Amino acid sequence: MTILDNPRSEAPLSSGSPAQQAPLTTLPPRPGPMSAPPVRRPLGKLSRRELLPLAGAAISALATTMLLFGRLTPLDGKFGFVVVAFLVFLATYTVLVSLTEGRPAVVDRLMTALLAAAAVTAIGALFSVIVFVFIKGWKALTKPNFYVNDLSVTGPQEPLTSGGILHAIVGTLIMTMIALVITVPLGVACSVFLNESKGRAAMLVRTVVTAMTALPSILAGLFIFATWILILGQERSGLAAAIAMSIMMLPIIIRSADVVLRLVPGNLREAAAALGAPQWRTVWHVVLPTARSGLTTSVILGVARGVGETAPVLLTAGYTATMNLNPLKDPMVSLPLAAYELVRSPQETLIARGFGTAAVLMVLVLVLFTLARIVGGRPAGRLSKGQARRATAKSAADLARFEARQMEVGR
Amino acid sequence: MDVLTTIPERPGPEIAAPEPRDITARPIGSDRVFHTGAGLSGVLVLAIMVAVGLFLAIEAAQALSSTGLSFFTTSDWQPDRGEFGIASVLLGTVLIAAVAVAIALPMSIGTALFITEVAPVWLRSTLVALVDLMAAVPSVVYGLWGLFLLQGHVVGVSRWLNTWFGWLPFFEVAGADPTSPLSSASVYTASAFIAGVVVAMMVMPIQCVVMREVFSQVPAGEREGAFALGSTRWGMIRVVSLPFGRGGMIGGTMLGLGRALGETIAVLLIISPRFDINFHILEAGGNSVSSLIALRYSEASGFGLSALMAAGLALFAVTLVVNFTASWFVARSRSGASSEA
Repeated sequence: MTILDNPRSEAPLSSGSPAQQAPLTTLPPRPGPMSAPPVRRPLGKLSRRELLPLAGAAISALATTMLLFGRLTPLDGKFGFVVVAFLVFLATYTVLVSLTEGRPAVVDRLMTALLAAAAVTAIGALFSVIVFVFIKGWKALTKPNFYVNDLSVTGPQEPLTSGGILHAIVGTLIMTMIALVITVPLGVACSVFLNESKGRAAMLVRTVVTAMTALPSILAGLFIFATWILILGQERSGLAAAIAMSIMMLPIIIRSADVVLRLVPGNLREAAAALGAPQWRTVWHVVLPTARSGLTTSVILGVARGVGETAPVLLTAGYTATMNLNPLKDPMVSLPLAAYELVRSPQETLIARGFGTAAVLMVLVLVLFTLARIVGGRPAGRLSKGQARRATAKSAADLARFEARQMEVGR
Repeated sequence: MDVLTTIPERPGPEIAAPEPRDITARPIGSDRVFHTGAGLSGVLVLAIMVAVGLFLAIEAAQALSSTGLSFFTTSDWQPDRGEFGIASVLLGTVLIAAVAVAIALPMSIGTALFITEVAPVWLRSTLVALVDLMAAVPSVVYGLWGLFLLQGHVVGVSRWLNTWFGWLPFFEVAGADPTSPLSSASVYTASAFIAGVVVAMMVMPIQCVVMREVFSQVPAGEREGAFALGSTRWGMIRVVSLPFGRGGMIGGTMLGLGRALGETIAVLLIISPRFDINFHILEAGGNSVSSLIALRYSEASGFGLSALMAAGLALFAVTLVVNFTASWFVARSRSGASSEA
């Protein structure tokens, strides 16, 4: 193509002999090198024609609504203001766009605006939740004693400079640890079972686990309350709450771990089998390491759910204002439960403490969530930088070992 | 001419056709241990889960057998007098969940479509993370937010709805006088509507995650085909994305519904309990099964506890049906074969 089209390679040929002068094909005049290359239209950005109606409609909506609320009508309320402004915006925007575009384009713009509004509302609500909890709890959060004391010697009337929620933090940590010890081995083993044995038993277990994800969390608490506390006669304790949490977390962890293990590429398994590995070695050395980041993520997300659950803990842990390090005896309180109990009191300081507790809980969940994002999010088998470095080092060491052995054999 | 090649003697037809070797592997010793271990963990999980379900059922049977079918029609809750039923609490649960889903559904569809179709690529992963975070926010935090911040704003909405749509039966409010400017706002607080709005915040991300998953699996060929035929973005969404993702949208909605039905703490914080059949969602007071359990478990006698378990079992039955229908819809849909919901 390029050679044929090149006018310069054709020039010496045609001038060579007169017999070939009658051209068989005529090349259309090609644009010289002077003409500018075609300009790419930016698809990702809003063009001027899209942007101007948007801005115009927004300004007009704001102005109209302010006029309506301030001068013309006896309307009030922030919520109403936003809703009216949005409706005016949509109307103005439709009119503006229809000045230049046809009907399908107008509908398209209108729906895009609605979709964006839905997303903005959702994200705005999330930020409003986070910011509100931190603002209300700020007074408690900025007192250092909030993190190092419990509430045992603090009366309801005392200022925020006395007492804290260390007991709830410790309680949450202890309960979560116990729940982790129960759920992680059992959950991972069960999801391995679901993936490695393809039989009717696995199907049954999978169905039952799926069913149990529908169990309302308060029923997990009610179950432990009725069996552990009423029938077995144990007292309310951190252990009981941790077991209730485990019952709630177990189906969640198993289901997400099951999905993660199913994503392990089959050829890795087959390669291990072809090398003669027994099934347990395949699972231990190939399947589980490959799915490690995904498994960690599913466990962390399960923990994030469990940590934030109040209902099962409410029924099984009891409420206490004192520090309790023993999960086997006496009530133990967790962060969500403490927040719930504190805000129910009419005292201003206790409510501030409750919000502070909720903020600490939020931070804990945020940390867990970020951790899950860092660890997970990588598909099965893709290594992180550190892991890749370690794998490279290990295989270099193997190479050196093989070479040393070769030398020995050669001698 | 010499023969250059010799044909080897071929086996005659009388030789039996080769039989396939038996390839069932016999597990070696260590694998047998592994299988037993994995199987044991499966059995243990199964046992725990079945134990919870069976225990609830057996305990509940005691209460159910004493009341019979009137359990579903009685609205009062006085187990010690033998008079109790879930008519009002179940209705309250369903009303709260219905409000939650009605609010969450447009938001989650819009957000999911915005993330997959509209948002620029650099924004997409952030939005996905934020929606996931929304699902991870503890329900008690949503409850606090609803009780202390949202209630004040929603009361205005309730009043507005009651003023203009009060002729609709479920927007009626007893004791409210919209024409009087001095009427108290307290008739609108602690209502099923406000609880529903708060629960909607928890339901939205659950629905959104499933829908986003489904919308992101829309085959590129079909999308580009629609664009190549001159469709606008919304046109493409309408004829390609939405029909493709219908199963996932229904499934995601129902998953959210299941979560909304079981929500305890946020409802407990906001609603003021009452035990009568009340369709008026804007009116103060309401109830749900899970908040009933949280309220009454401590003072319950043995029989009262059994009655609470019966209520819990009824709730579990409802969420179970909802969740299985959801996963059936997702699995049956064209898009759901590989999605995890």
